[in-house]
Amino acid sequence: MKAWFKSGAPWVWLNGGAVALCMIMVVGLLGLIAVRGFGHFWPADILKTTVVNESGGSEAVLGELVRKEVISAEVARTNGYAVNGDVKLVTRYLIKEGNRDLGADFSWYLDVGMGEWSYPENAMMIERREWGNFYGFPVALNEQGEQVTRVGKAGFWEELHQRVERSVELHHRINHMEEVEIGGVNHELERLRLDERRLELEGVSGQELAEAQARIAEKREMLNAQYVEIKQERDALYRQLERDSLDVVTVDGVERTIGMDNIVRVTRPNQLGLLGKFGHYLERFWEFLTDEPREANTEGGIFPAIFGTVTMVLVMSIMVTPLGVLAAIYLREYAHQGTFLKLIRISVYNLAGVPSIVYGVFGLGFFVYFLGGNIDELFFPASLPAPTFGTPGLFWASLTLALLTLPVVIVSTEEGLARIPSTIRQGSLALGATKSETLWKVVVPLATPGMMTGLILAIARAAGEVAPLMLVGVVKLAPSLPVDGNYPYLHLDQKIMHLGFHIYDVGFQSPNVEAARPLVYATALTLVMLIIVLNLAAIKIRNSLREKYRSASD
Amino acid sequence: MSERQSNDQARASLMPNAEQRARLRKVRRFKDGLSRYGVGTAGLMVVASLALIFLYLFSEVAPLLRGSSIEVTADYPFGLSESDDRSRHLVLERYEKMGATFNDSGEIQFFNVDSGQVLASFEAPGSDRLVVSAVGHSVPSDRLVAYGFANGQASVVRENYELSYPNDQRLVTPDLEYPLGEEPVVLDENGQAITDLSVQNTDMGVVLAGVAKDGRLVMGRFRMSQSLFGGSGSVSATRFSLPPLPGGAEVQDLLVDDSGRFLIVADDKAQLHFYDVEVPSNAHLLETVPTERGQVTAMEFLVGTLSVIVGTETGSVSQWYLIRDDSNRFHLTPVRDFESLSGPVTAIAPEYTRKGFAAGDARGQVGLFYGTSSDTLIIKSIADRAIEQLALSPINGRMLALDDQQRLYIADVWNKHPEVSFSSMWQKVWYEGRQQPEYVWQASGSSDSFEPKMSLVPLSIGTLKAAFFAMLFAIPLGVMGAVYTAYFMTPKLRGVVKPTIEIMEALPTVILGFLAGLWLAPFLENHLPAVFSILIMLPVTMLVVGLLWSRLPSSIRNSVSEGWEAAILVIPLIMIGWGCVALSPYIEIWFFDGSMRQWLTNHNIDYDQRNALVVGLAMGFAVIPTIFSIAEDAVFNVPRHLTQGSLALGATRWQTVMGVVLPTASPGIFSAVMMGFGRAVGETMIVLMATGNSPVLNFNIFEGMRTLSANIAVELPETAIDSTHFRVLFLAALVLLSLTFLVNTLAEVIRQRLRKRYSNL
Repeated sequence: MKAWFKSGAPWVWLNGGAVALCMIMVVGLLGLIAVRGFGHFWPADILKTTVVNESGGSEAVLGELVRKEVISAEVARTNGYAVNGDVKLVTRYLIKEGNRDLGADFSWYLDVGMGEWSYPENAMMIERREWGNFYGFPVALNEQGEQVTRVGKAGFWEELHQRVERSVELHHRINHMEEVEIGGVNHELERLRLDERRLELEGVSGQELAEAQARIAEKREMLNAQYVEIKQERDALYRQLERDSLDVVTVDGVERTIGMDNIVRVTRPNQLGLLGKFGHYLERFWEFLTDEPREANTEGGIFPAIFGTVTMVLVMSIMVTPLGVLAAIYLREYAHQGTFLKLIRISVYNLAGVPSIVYGVFGLGFFVYFLGGNIDELFFPASLPAPTFGTPGLFWASLTLALLTLPVVIVSTEEGLARIPSTIRQGSLALGATKSETLWKVVVPLATPGMMTGLILAIARAAGEVAPLMLVGVVKLAPSLPVDGNYPYLHLDQKIMHLGFHIYDVGFQSPNVEAARPLVYATALTLVMLIIVLNLAAIKIRNSLREKYRSASD
Repeated sequence: MSERQSNDQARASLMPNAEQRARLRKVRRFKDGLSRYGVGTAGLMVVASLALIFLYLFSEVAPLLRGSSIEVTADYPFGLSESDDRSRHLVLERYEKMGATFNDSGEIQFFNVDSGQVLASFEAPGSDRLVVSAVGHSVPSDRLVAYGFANGQASVVRENYELSYPNDQRLVTPDLEYPLGEEPVVLDENGQAITDLSVQNTDMGVVLAGVAKDGRLVMGRFRMSQSLFGGSGSVSATRFSLPPLPGGAEVQDLLVDDSGRFLIVADDKAQLHFYDVEVPSNAHLLETVPTERGQVTAMEFLVGTLSVIVGTETGSVSQWYLIRDDSNRFHLTPVRDFESLSGPVTAIAPEYTRKGFAAGDARGQVGLFYGTSSDTLIIKSIADRAIEQLALSPINGRMLALDDQQRLYIADVWNKHPEVSFSSMWQKVWYEGRQQPEYVWQASGSSDSFEPKMSLVPLSIGTLKAAFFAMLFAIPLGVMGAVYTAYFMTPKLRGVVKPTIEIMEALPTVILGFLAGLWLAPFLENHLPAVFSILIMLPVTMLVVGLLWSRLPSSIRNSVSEGWEAAILVIPLIMIGWGCVALSPYIEIWFFDGSMRQWLTNHNIDYDQRNALVVGLAMGFAVIPTIFSIAEDAVFNVPRHLTQGSLALGATRWQTVMGVVLPTASPGIFSAVMMGFGRAVGETMIVLMATGNSPVLNFNIFEGMRTLSANIAVELPETAIDSTHFRVLFLAALVLLSLTFLVNTLAEVIRQRLRKRYSNL
């Protein structure tokens, strides 16, 4: 043993252990996110049991088991549970009871005094647009207040699902109407208002003013008529939507009526088979990716966040690629290679390591307040004092990130350029090509793998960056997407939602953290996958392009 | 034939003739130049825009460093104040164009500051028939002025400005309000003349404190009840008086605070008397304090009335606080002295919203001072005569001074950021209402009279604390892992491990932060003993597994080649780790009376759920890839012939590592650690989410912290543009930028040197 210690082998094992630990942590972290993130969509069984409440009586509980943990009885006692003195350890269960409107939602229950668990067949979960999930049992289905069918009768569940589908469809149509059609009309009206104000500011007067005003008034009249028409149509839809309702009862016998307009989905997980659950799983996963958030972001989907992230990253790429590539070419090909350049190069490289929040501060101060404020005064005086570009928004977020990722692109491109053997350059020059011809026709094409890698790494970094975005244009809930059917189609001045910020906001600013938790895991999973895929793609492209140009560069 | 001809023509046209070639050359030269200058310009612009970050941040911070200034722009004989009807109180309106003077005769005149022309003129209620014997005023923001009369009565006025915009032009119309009606109220029930007077608007109504001719201190609380029918309401009053000052001292000046609880009286024997007047029937003297700075010649409250500025005959200017001691008794305590003026202090003008003030002396000097930063901003001689009255505008852009020859001086003032000085940011500051000097960061408050506390010390310490715990976790794992991966690990495994850990570098920190805050923090809270048992057990496990492995029969050992130690360890480590977690509740029962958290609290160790331990783990995790990948490169690139030489001479693998590899690669490892540190210092999201963000000042691993970066993220969106707070946050950003830039540059330089050394070996 002494010899073993002397040989230094223990140190090798310790070092090996460090690597093993790192790997365990990395894989464990990804695994944790994957399990929690994917698990969110699985329809969990609804359990029914009884617990002892504070007054010593028995109380029925219905809901999903979220998680359980073993704690020492002492901790339970300090938390206010009545636990006998001889008990050392207790298990507690976190049960999601839903029914936020009745004051329940999430509760911890100790196994002390807990009754048998059962999974009643008819227990159902209703996903609602307001107040979160409802857990309970159905009673009857009504149309215009008249009972249509009640539970136990044949075809009740079919009827119910059919009517839920109908109301969801109606709701969808109303949403479309409100967002696209009414939104469009409002957009036009706002533009008219700005036109009018512009006339005022430009000091147009007399005949011209009267004509313009008449034109505007006429158009406004038309738009208002259009608005009234759409609104009538929508109101009709609303009346149809409010037709049906569902009578339900909770596990403690409280009766409720839930309007069909408030229902997104009705599930009976206990009665579903594995396949049925899987179907629901996919449906919910799809809904998560494509729907808008509900209930202060704690329910529904994250589509606007995905869309915002992608739009922002695209705008950023458009800005960062040419700038980064040109700067790299300048540094590598044209600039005089001396001490000064060496300093500049080190500085540029080091900017990649500067805290991202610093870029956010710069973006807010320089881009938003200084540039944006001046742009508003020059180009959008009509909408002042409401700022157009003088407030955080998509363009400034993209520009800030472009600045942030510029060093990444420069470094990668320079690496790509440096890797090209000087023989190729000399060959081209020897054939009489000018420097620019050599550069653009020989060197740059060969260096594209480096540029692509840089761009993809930049995108991956930008997609995950949150701190600067909090300052320059990302919000928790954007009223509309930055791209829509209204002129000018891409709204660079609009605020956007962002996956990373969504995680921060829902996880830490949400009033109901427990309800938001699964959603945060799912969002995190989406973001992690996006970034890992991007990084793998960067590596892959780099390798394959390097392979492709190998013959040329050798 | 014709066919051939056309062929010839085609051939001819394929070869450019001399003229075409010349043109082509020209085009090519032009393109070459275009490319050169185009790329050059673009490249330089990009570099310049990156440099702009530094310049811009600095330009935002620069005004903090700029000193204050007073520039006299005009002076003229002030016709509204004469030697027999002097101005007793002077104010300057918000837009700095209009002033008001409150004279001995009871006349109140609003005048154009630049021309001296009268704009409006009023009379204090009662001054038409009574003789004014005293004039007093409240804190500037309440705009109250009180007149005491020779018959023991008093009246109160408030100046008021109406804003209107006829023809898009700003028009300020001065007016007077009468908070206690248009009739004087009785202050001294004995009907003696009021010789000195102070007024304050309090929750208990308007409080007047005066001195009667016989030396009694007379006080009254007055409240106007609005009558329902629009007529002037009636005034309800509570009057009481205090005996004359002890020891036959005479009152020089007196002040009542805005809670109506305290009365401060300066006498002619260089003493301050501090009265409790909260309950009229029990009004009494709390203490008498010698000023130790000579006789008081001027005295004013700063906004919020928690501190008093005292000017004395020696020119000394000092700030005194009303401090509550441990037994809940208030004391009047001198807190700081400012630079002295050259002559006796004659006038003090507090600012409207900040803890600053201006003071003038009997030799024509005027100074600007600021309480929080203990700063004497500027002292300037503006007149040859004694300054009698001083007025600052509410936005601190202009100042009026009146000398004893009734000459009015108008001065432009630049005094935008007096709150910040080196000492207020980096040294302990005694804030109003606190018992002793402290380091505090609390930049915004609920009320107007809030004193911003902008000490960067708690934030800097918080930053270092977070980085320290992160590095504590990351350095051993990162560096040891790097050494193993680069030197011992089989290439096959290395091909998996290295990219995996490097991809972690790209993982968004928001995800680490969210896991740390929502998963790790509650987990650690519930399994606190596991943290420590894991810390001890894991290294032990590694050694035990290694020892057992060496005891295995060589047939099994040889079936696995060297370099797979890490893989062998994975399963045992996971099992032991899981075991520690599972045992954690039992450890709590056995050693910590059932709850380690409670046990810590009982031993006076504060525990926050989101603490430095959580941050250390999460941020350490974020930093490991940075350290790992740079250190691994450094170790891996140690020239093979060195290590092979060492091995050939009979050294073991570990001896080779210690004797050859590490010394050679140490600059690289050092630069890896520097890079990691740079990253830990600037990291925002993890600390934002995994700490409570409370700016506490300690190194307790179980408490949170607030870092510079998280502070910027939290506060910058909510500050007013170009305010001091805004600029201080920019300063924090600049500090972060410079710090990380320096650290990274150093690391980069070391790395480049190392590369050169390797190529020479």
